[in-house]
Amino acid sequence: MKNRKNIGWYLLFTVPLLVIFTIVVVIPFVIGIYYAFFDWDGIGANPMVFTGLENFRVLLEDERFLRSAWLTVLFTVLSVISVNVVGLAFALLVTSKLKLANLARTMLFMPYLIGGLILGYIWQFVFLDVFTLLGEVTGFESIFFNWLNNETFALFALVFVFTWQMAGYVMIVYIAGIQGIPGELVEAAKIDGASSWQRFLNITAPLLMPAFTISLFLTLSYGFKIYDVNLSLTGGGPANATELFAMNIYNEIFGYGNYGYGQAKAIVFFIIIAAITMTQVYITKKREVEM
Amino acid sequence: MKIIRTWSKEILLLLMALVFLSPIYIIFVNSFKSRQELYENTLAFPQEFSLQFYEAAMARMDFFNAFMNSMYVTVVSVVFIIILSSMTAWMLARSGNKISTVIFMTMIATMLIPFQTIMMPLMQLVTGITRETGIPLYNSLSGLIFMNIGFNAALSVFLYHGFIKSIPISLEEAATIDGASKFGVFWRIIFPILTPITATVAILNVILIWNDFLLPSLTLIDKSLRTIPLSVFYFFGEFTIEWNMAMAGLTLTIIPVVIFYMIAQKYIIKGIGEGAVK
Repeated sequence: MKNRKNIGWYLLFTVPLLVIFTIVVVIPFVIGIYYAFFDWDGIGANPMVFTGLENFRVLLEDERFLRSAWLTVLFTVLSVISVNVVGLAFALLVTSKLKLANLARTMLFMPYLIGGLILGYIWQFVFLDVFTLLGEVTGFESIFFNWLNNETFALFALVFVFTWQMAGYVMIVYIAGIQGIPGELVEAAKIDGASSWQRFLNITAPLLMPAFTISLFLTLSYGFKIYDVNLSLTGGGPANATELFAMNIYNEIFGYGNYGYGQAKAIVFFIIIAAITMTQVYITKKREVEM
Repeated sequence: MKIIRTWSKEILLLLMALVFLSPIYIIFVNSFKSRQELYENTLAFPQEFSLQFYEAAMARMDFFNAFMNSMYVTVVSVVFIIILSSMTAWMLARSGNKISTVIFMTMIATMLIPFQTIMMPLMQLVTGITRETGIPLYNSLSGLIFMNIGFNAALSVFLYHGFIKSIPISLEEAATIDGASKFGVFWRIIFPILTPITATVAILNVILIWNDFLLPSLTLIDKSLRTIPLSVFYFFGEFTIEWNMAMAGLTLTIIPVVIFYMIAQKYIIKGIGEGAVK
């Protein structure tokens, strides 16, 4: 009797959320795998034709897709480096004993809160107008011009804006890590005559490995999945030079109406993301220093 | 000598932070400038503060309506997420049976699935449900809320689960012996203890849901249902860009975020830190 009552409570507490979760995440994921083996244009009245692995074979020869995949890898690698370097530098600066450190931290975190879509539009104007103005004024027109019109620089512009958005976020993660380092350790090294660079390299950096794992994980997966900033800043242009993975999938499905083929891409996208993030967590976890 | 050095460091730090935020300054000052003034010098302070572009932008974006839609969707979604995921996490953490572990692990695993992988089948499913049963999952704010709950369930359950594991079980046992029902134990004893993690869950979800663009863009069709990111998107898409008005529009969308940040700054930074670390 008691047991049955407990099961009742168990169901009452968990079922509402699990039902919603199943409808929104689990079922679409499963039918998504199914769709990937069909040729279909998304119109209910038109037939879905089973094509087996054909979608996945075509995908390997689809140059636009391969280019988009390569651009995404390039973007992600550059972003992971840039976000983490800037974020860590910010964290080191605002954990110093300066009076304005708290204010600076508050300000540096701000961009993260503004959504990616809006950030992209803000920077569109900055590149369009402010960069050209800076170019005219300073004479460095080879650096300050509208990056968004240049195929190579448009990708750098995305990295730049993504760094602006995410640096404050990983800064917070690194701050937590830095504050967890015992002060005596640093003091002891100081007394032993270690320079600040040596102290960073031999004490701070190894003890920051857990924070580093988290930040890498976050920037890798966020970077790989970037969409909003991509859409509003470059829209994939010029000439598809910045059409990253997520946008390519969106365009394939909703733009060209290739539902089956686009879904096959989406499944590959999932597999890559899962593989990268799991490998990365595995590797960095192994390297963490036990305190 | 030392004082000068620390002072110059302070000033450098502040300057760096100001330069970092300069794009926000740029859109703010240019939201007041006439076309001519804007092209003369983008960085200068405006000659006068006229609100004409704000009025125009508000009208074109239907800003007030979009703001109310965003508010409604965010608040209702977050309240449901907190209630449902804390209850679920508690049961999963405390029941100690195999099914709970399996459910919990499945939820965590789904956090690796990018939105793009399920967006199309999800849209097929919700339009199907709406067509067959008449339940308005598609093209309605309630439908969007429903999907927000589903998408943010895993992360929220995960955060609550970790926190609940750290609460001593003896508290609940004592209350159970006193004859309180599970429902009473949870709401009177457990939920108040969860407050710190509830704050974290709330903040993470508010940021995610408020700024979300892709999901609302797929499910909300009617113009009157647009949230802020959607109305900004269509604002930039429909007209050849008149930058001063666009700046006013962008400034408008940032104001609520800045206010939210000023009020809850401490909790936001703490919440983000915790959310990321776990």
